[in-house]
Amino acid sequence: MIQTNRFQELIQIASESRLLALEAMYHCGSGHPGSAFSTIDILVALFFGGGIKYRANNPNWKGRDYFLLSNGHAVPALYAVLAKAGYFPEAEMKGLRKLGFGAQGHPHRGSLPGIEISSGSLGQGLSVGIGLARAIKNKKTSQKVFVLMSDGEQEEGSTWEAVMLAPKLQLNNLIAIVDKNGMQIDGTTKDVMPSLDPLAEKYRAFGWEVIEIDGHNFDEILKALAVNSASGPRVIISKTIRGKGVSFMEGSIHWHAGKITDEQYVQAKKEIMSNVN
Amino acid sequence: MATKIQNKGEIIEMKSTRQAFGETLFEVMKKDKRVFSLTADLAESLKILKVKESFPERFIDTGVAEANMAGVAAGLAIAGYIPVAGTFAVFMTRAFDHIRLQICQNNLHVILVGSHGGVSNAADGGSAHALEDFAFLRALPNMTIINPTDYNETRQAFLAAIDYPGPVYLRLYREPTAQITESAEKFIIGKARIIRKGKDITVVASGPQTAEALVVADRMSDKIDVEVISVPTIKPLDKKTILKSAKKTGRVITVEDHSINGGLGSAVAEILAENKVGKLLRLGLRQFGESGEYSALIKKVGIDSGAIIKAIRQLIKG
Repeated sequence: MIQTNRFQELIQIASESRLLALEAMYHCGSGHPGSAFSTIDILVALFFGGGIKYRANNPNWKGRDYFLLSNGHAVPALYAVLAKAGYFPEAEMKGLRKLGFGAQGHPHRGSLPGIEISSGSLGQGLSVGIGLARAIKNKKTSQKVFVLMSDGEQEEGSTWEAVMLAPKLQLNNLIAIVDKNGMQIDGTTKDVMPSLDPLAEKYRAFGWEVIEIDGHNFDEILKALAVNSASGPRVIISKTIRGKGVSFMEGSIHWHAGKITDEQYVQAKKEIMSNVN
Repeated sequence: MATKIQNKGEIIEMKSTRQAFGETLFEVMKKDKRVFSLTADLAESLKILKVKESFPERFIDTGVAEANMAGVAAGLAIAGYIPVAGTFAVFMTRAFDHIRLQICQNNLHVILVGSHGGVSNAADGGSAHALEDFAFLRALPNMTIINPTDYNETRQAFLAAIDYPGPVYLRLYREPTAQITESAEKFIIGKARIIRKGKDITVVASGPQTAEALVVADRMSDKIDVEVISVPTIKPLDKKTILKSAKKTGRVITVEDHSINGGLGSAVAEILAENKVGKLLRLGLRQFGESGEYSALIKKVGIDSGAIIKAIRQLIKG
């Protein structure tokens, strides 16, 4: 029962975060709702389910775990979850993609508290995560580094440069998460790059520990985040649905990026609100 | 490593700048625990084998993966280290995306070291020549570009880079080149120096081409009074020193081991045009390189003393 309540609470926060992200993207007239909504449950699990150590009122706290968003286009989800977690007021969401505001269209390190790296050009975050994880090894602390990537991002050559290096450095404090929503701009990952799969076997072949989960199931997400790796890096391959939570976006080829119309906004809000108490 | 050449009876020592880098990095890392060394499979070429052996906890070989090296360096910098990431200058192109977004946009204090600059990896041929590094790095906000004159200056420039905030690119050369600066001379980033005073024409030179320009100034001294400006910092450019000389002589020649587009010549052309000063002739590469012996190659591509003499005559004739 306690567990169920805990999951209910996370589902509630996830819905509130989706709503925040939806409103921000609707008001600015652009953004990437597909990835924002496929990643948001993982983000909620990290920041509200005990996945990472942080102090929202002291974002640069030296003992924190690092969360790096490598697939930068999903950033409305991160802004929403950081706002919910208390890093900055929810009002910052109103500045999304607008001139002179912190909520840049893609993450810009330091533009808002909790934004640890810049991203938007895919295939960079894991490299930065390796640098941080290696530095932490020298500090000999228990801090961890989490790097969220998209599945389309696995097509970048530089991703594999980093995948190859992390086991060599024995970075058991590095946790990669792949948001495997199976879609990219030009279509499904199966159509655009059929040899992307089997992805888990590729990571295993490079010496990573692999956990495969349903990325919308908080029980599975929290268990995967709680695992402590023995010797090397770990990847959580999180199977998700593009646009999760909004029926007309779910699994739709049209919702990598786009303008949300008035009618769509009303419909999406209604569906998301149905999960909010 | 050191050899000697003769110019007008004067002995000039030849030493390699990459050697200076390797020695200085080792010395700095011994004292400064903030410094972290990275390379992409080129520890021997960059003369950092001793660093690799002595400081394994502050050394990463990323394998042949330059983009990853730049990204890892950014992570180390965020964590408080001063990463020094080295590969061949020609391969910096592969890391451009990571340099741009992770290092430059965030103004991280990362020192990027590009060895075998220009055509100095001569015999390896066109694929190994770095002719575009100044051009693409010059386009990046926050980036500082240093092309040291010689062995001594490389040491001083590296020490200055360690204390300089923000990203710094240091270009080195494979071949031993002429030693013309004093060993104790402190390097000031962004400062050009008039190393020979003259009134008829200004030669603005960078890297090993500075020694070529000095040789020319000596050889032509009975006919033409050549002023030589050494410009080891390509960005930010010392506009004041260059403009002052250009106003005095009215004629400027630039010489560098780089593409004619986007490097020192372009930077000087920009400030001369903006200030409506002087006539300009740029020496640099207008073509891809090819295999050959270094001194023969710089002659063929037109960035040696002979090319400078020809350019001076052409500009004086008007």
